[in-house]
This record gives sequence, C-alpha cells and structure tokens, in this order.
Amino acid sequence: MGDLKTKKGIKKVLYGNHAVSYGVKVSRAQVISAYPITPQTQVVELLSEMVGKGELDATFVNVESEHSAMAVCIGASITGVRTFTATSAQGLLLMHELLHWAAGDRLPIVMAVINRAVAAPWSIWSDQNDSLSQRDTGWMKIYCESNQEVLDSVILAYKVSEKVFLPSMLVLDAFILSHTAEPVEVPAQEEVDEFLPPLELPHALTPEKPYAIGAVVMPDGPYMELRYKIQKAMEKAIPEIEKACNEFYELFGRKWEFVEEFMMDDADVVLITSGAVSSTVKYTVNEIRKREGKKIGVLRMRILRPFHFEKIRKILSGRKKVIVLDRNISFGLGGIFFNEIRSSLYSVSEKPILLGYIWGLGGRDITPKDVEGVIKDAEKREKDEDIIFWGLKKENINL
Amino acid sequence: MAFEWEELLQEEVLDPGILSCQGCGSTIAIRQVLKALGKNTIITVPACCWTIIDGPFPYHSLKIPFFHTAFETAAAAATGIRAGLNTRGYKDTNVLAWAGDGGTFDIGLQALSGVAESNEDILYICYDNEAYMNTGIQRSGATPYKAWTTTTPYESPNKRPKKNIVEIMRAHKIPYIATATVAFPLDLYKKVKKAKELKGTRFIHVLAPCPPGWRMDSELTIKVSRLAVDTKLFPLYEVEDGEKLTINYYPKEIPIEEYFKLQGRFRHLEEEDIKEIQEMINTYFEKLLEEHKRTHGTIDNIKRGVYK
Repeated sequence: MGDLKTKKGIKKVLYGNHAVSYGVKVSRAQVISAYPITPQTQVVELLSEMVGKGELDATFVNVESEHSAMAVCIGASITGVRTFTATSAQGLLLMHELLHWAAGDRLPIVMAVINRAVAAPWSIWSDQNDSLSQRDTGWMKIYCESNQEVLDSVILAYKVSEKVFLPSMLVLDAFILSHTAEPVEVPAQEEVDEFLPPLELPHALTPEKPYAIGAVVMPDGPYMELRYKIQKAMEKAIPEIEKACNEFYELFGRKWEFVEEFMMDDADVVLITSGAVSSTVKYTVNEIRKREGKKIGVLRMRILRPFHFEKIRKILSGRKKVIVLDRNISFGLGGIFFNEIRSSLYSVSEKPILLGYIWGLGGRDITPKDVEGVIKDAEKREKDEDIIFWGLKKENINL
Repeated sequence: MAFEWEELLQEEVLDPGILSCQGCGSTIAIRQVLKALGKNTIITVPACCWTIIDGPFPYHSLKIPFFHTAFETAAAAATGIRAGLNTRGYKDTNVLAWAGDGGTFDIGLQALSGVAESNEDILYICYDNEAYMNTGIQRSGATPYKAWTTTTPYESPNKRPKKNIVEIMRAHKIPYIATATVAFPLDLYKKVKKAKELKGTRFIHVLAPCPPGWRMDSELTIKVSRLAVDTKLFPLYEVEDGEKLTINYYPKEIPIEEYFKLQGRFRHLEEEDIKEIQEMINTYFEKLLEEHKRTHGTIDNIKRGVYK
C-alpha cells in the first residue's frame, strides 16, 4: 500500500503495534530493550529492524526476560538517555518490581503495554487487568482508542515524562488495535524534534558525578518525602499534560485530552469507557440518538494516572445515570475504573445513579448489540449497582 | 618485586567510614578492584551486603557513581548503563556489576546468563561469601557442601556441593573468567586490570570470607582466604574464551581440615565428612590440572612458592 505525503508528515496504513514503533522512532529513543510476548512482539520487531537498517540511531538490547528488559531501560535511563520497551500481560507482571524502581528513581521511561488477559488460564486476548494491576506503581497511564492516538501518545508520553520525571505506560488493546491496520499520519521528524527536545535528566549518573542513587533511607530520612514528591509530580503532570496536548494540537492538528467527551452536552446518561471498545460504544450511542433521540453520551477515559478528579467530577455532576464499563475486575471489589469514578463522585451533592458493568474479559467480543443491551438494562435500574457481569454464558459456568 | 606492590599504592577509590563488619572480605576485595579500575568507573550493586556497606542516604563511601539496583538485575542494569554511557560518548568508562553470591549464583543467574550469552560489554564481579550474609547467613547456591547456615542447621547441614559458577560462565564462552581471593591482592589486582582491557562480558569470582557468617574471628579473614587456595578448595585460575585455562598458582596442598577447623560453620564435620570432601577437592583440582596441561602442554609453568 502506498504511503501518502501530507502537509505534516506521511500517511501510512499501520497496525497499532507498528504505530507504536513509528512513535518511538520519531521520538528518537536511544536505548530499546525487549523480550518477545504475544501480542506485543511486532512493536520491537519493527524497532529492531529500524535500528538494524540505521533508520533509528539507537542501541537495541535483546534480553532473556521482561524483567531484564526493564532493568536495561532503568540502567540506560539513569545515564540520561531516552529509553523504550514494550510488553503484555505476563511480561508486565514479571516487570512489576522494576516498575516501582523506575518511578522511585524518577526515570522518564516510556513503555507500550498491549493489553492482554492474565493467566491462568492462558488467554492472549484483550483485557485490562494486566495494566491495571500496575496502577499503583507511579507510572502515568494512557489508554488509547485508535492507532493514530497510539502513535501520537508515544510522543506525548515522552514529552510529559521528561517534564515531571515519571515513567509512562501507553496501553492499547490486544489485536483490536495491535493487529488492526488503520491509516496513521507519521509526523515529520523536524516537527517532532521541535516538539520534543533531547532529554535532560537532572540526576543523570555520569563518571564525573560520583553520587549514589537509591541508597538505603532510614525512617527519618527522605523516603516519605520522596514519595510525597512523586505524588506532587503526578499533580504537576495534570497541567503538563494539558499544556503538551495543546502544543501538540497547534503543531500537528490533533487534539488529545485527558478525557474524550462524545455527545455529552445534553446527556443525562453517560457511558464511561476506555480503550478500543470506546469506538463501538460511541457508534452505538450515535445510532440510538439518531433513532430514538435518547440523551446518551460517552466519556472516554484516556489518562488514568494522574487521575483528573476535578475534571471527572465536573463532567459527571448533574447527570442522571453513570454507567461504567470495565474490561477488568478487582476481585472482591469490582470494576477498577468504576471504583475510581465512584470515588471522584464522593463530594458531588446530587449523585447520579452509578452502575458498574464488567464485560469483555479475556477478549470476549463486545458488539453494538452488547452496548444496546447494557443501555436497555441500565434503563431499568433506579439504584446503584456495583457489579453487573455482562455477557456471561450459562453453558460456560455450568461446565 | 618491590615494584609490584607499588601498583597497589594507587589512589584509594574507597573512602574510610564504610559500614562493613570487621574483617569483611568483600571490602578488602573492592578496595583492590577499584584501584585497578580507577575513578572512571560506574558501579551497580544489587541487594547484597554492599547495599548497606556503602552507607545509607546521604552517605556514600566510593568515589565513583553508584547505582543501587534490584536483587536479580545486576548484569542487566550494568548492560543498560553501558548502553547509555556509549550513547552519551563515555565509551572508556568502566561499568562494574558488583554482586554477592545470592545475586549471582541464585536470583541473578538468569539475567547474568542472558548478558553473558549476548557478550554484553560489562565487568561482573561476584564477591562470594557463601551464603545470604546480609539477611543473616541463610544458605545460597554458593554455600559449601555440609556447611552450617541458619537455614541449614547443624542437625541438617547443606546437602549439596557448591554450585560451580565458573563452569556455568565458561559454558557461555565469554572472553574472560577468573577466580581470586583477598589473600592474594596482587593476583586480584592484575586480573581486574586484565579484565579492564578486554571487551565483552568479563566475570571474576572472588572468594570473600565473612567472619560472622563463617563463624570465625575477624583477624582470620586473610589466613582463611589463603588456606582456601592452599588447600586446593579454591584454586586461582583464569579461563579465556571459555577454553584456555590457566592455573595461576600451585597450591601448597594443605589438608582441608586446616581450613575447616578455623570456622564454626564446619565444626560439626566428622572424619568421614572431611575425607569425602578432601576427595572431591582432589578430583576437581586434578581436572583443572588436566585442563591447564591441555592449554599449555605442561603443568610445570604453574607458579609455585611465594604468590601474592
């Protein structure tokens, strides 16, 4: 398929995975380390090819595990270079210890996570429990809906990470985005260079600076204060993200915000989604609006950390019903987005009816029919319901 | 000969005031290691005694950058540092991974194997005190056969022979492997110097006596270290490219009992235990002699007498 030159770059038809690779390329990552796992592998295959061909001036380090991939990124990042890795599910879980390490050392590493269900039993399909089980590691988290958003979010992630010195994870759905081709504009290198200057890490370790990074801190030492500073950096990231998104819009003409509001102006009923399924939800809501004129809107959660309480509260205040759609579950609690949304509504005086749906686990398909079904089911409910499993198959339960 | 010792009068990279125990073998070792490497070095250290010894925040005892890393990541973190430094143009800066036996033989072995198999350009030195000493003397894969530790009590001492880390590293065909110990500082110094000049993964296994863990007085560190070599328990040798093996010094062949009787961790050994272990030691040393002969055509070139 031919590439198309546009005013701002080149339009290519790219898999979500390759959109990540191109985002990393134009961001000029300097050290890339990775270990294969489905459905991530294409991301680093293309990157290793780019490095091999000399199209990307970076060092590509093959390692024996995801744990080591993150360790290599941490080691390289502490010297002050731009680093990247990508993984999925089990690989991400194996990295868990080092995700805390990267945030604790305040390293602006960027990682793509191709959302995949966590074993056991084995499943390689879309499900958010892998990335959400890393919720409290101090990484910023971006949930993408389209391949263009994936590519742009890589650049934005570096931009913000290198402002607040926290790592970023961008999340895309297994297969639904990772292995689906869409037209994507790859921005011109000069424009990205203008947007994203070289990394300047203030605490970079180089031979002339004989510091110790990460030494034991006594209870009266600055451990607690360092944690306080991570929280402050997350808070600072909110305006930094807004600023970066505005700047990005001016340069590239694409607007990415904290959340996406779809048909929200007059909506009484709000469906809250994240990731690729948001397209299906938006499509269905649009159809229902056209057909029945119901006042339904969609709020797509794009950035989960930092969590923009104020914005969410403001958007949801005065709505009649809020339906949170979770492709994940915290066992013993419920949908993870649901619980975050609920906590953001605590101080709202007139609370909407809040419904939490769990759906699509392990890659179970979510169709417009499911969206319609959920909307109809929600119409009948006049009080809060925390956990409603949608789409369970009786024959599977009684196996 | 006087000149040789002068080499060790290099500027100290290790400051006083470190938190090691009295007689700590690893501290004596790192002092020589860093003299050989010099200040143009970045060290990365996983969880081990040296996480503590270097000092709590904001103290730091080495005059070089020190990156604390997770227990199982010394080799991978060093690889990352190397890649980062190369990118930034610091191509002649040494990258040293300095890890204990737990972080090398056990939890860090996978990453070390991956790095060695890729022949990443790092120097990895394991200071082996033969158990998890920092957590209070628990058994590791480096604990000697029948030794006591807090998880292999006298009633049920360590059941298996020590893992042979040099053979494991040899299987990766890396450019340089050496054994060393603190009673032979010049030998250690020269091996680090030699490793420094080479590219690729270089591995040095340093036996580092631990007075509290080995249940012995702190003034015995050097004596026990020397006995480990002279009893043939811990021969000093090098392996180049996984093939060429050179024994650096011919041990005095002192009976192993002399080594054991200085250390409380072996006090429960019976006569037949000692006999069994002596035979294991003899067999392995014979194997090393054969390999030395295969490399050099003779064993007559192995140094004897005074060795430092």
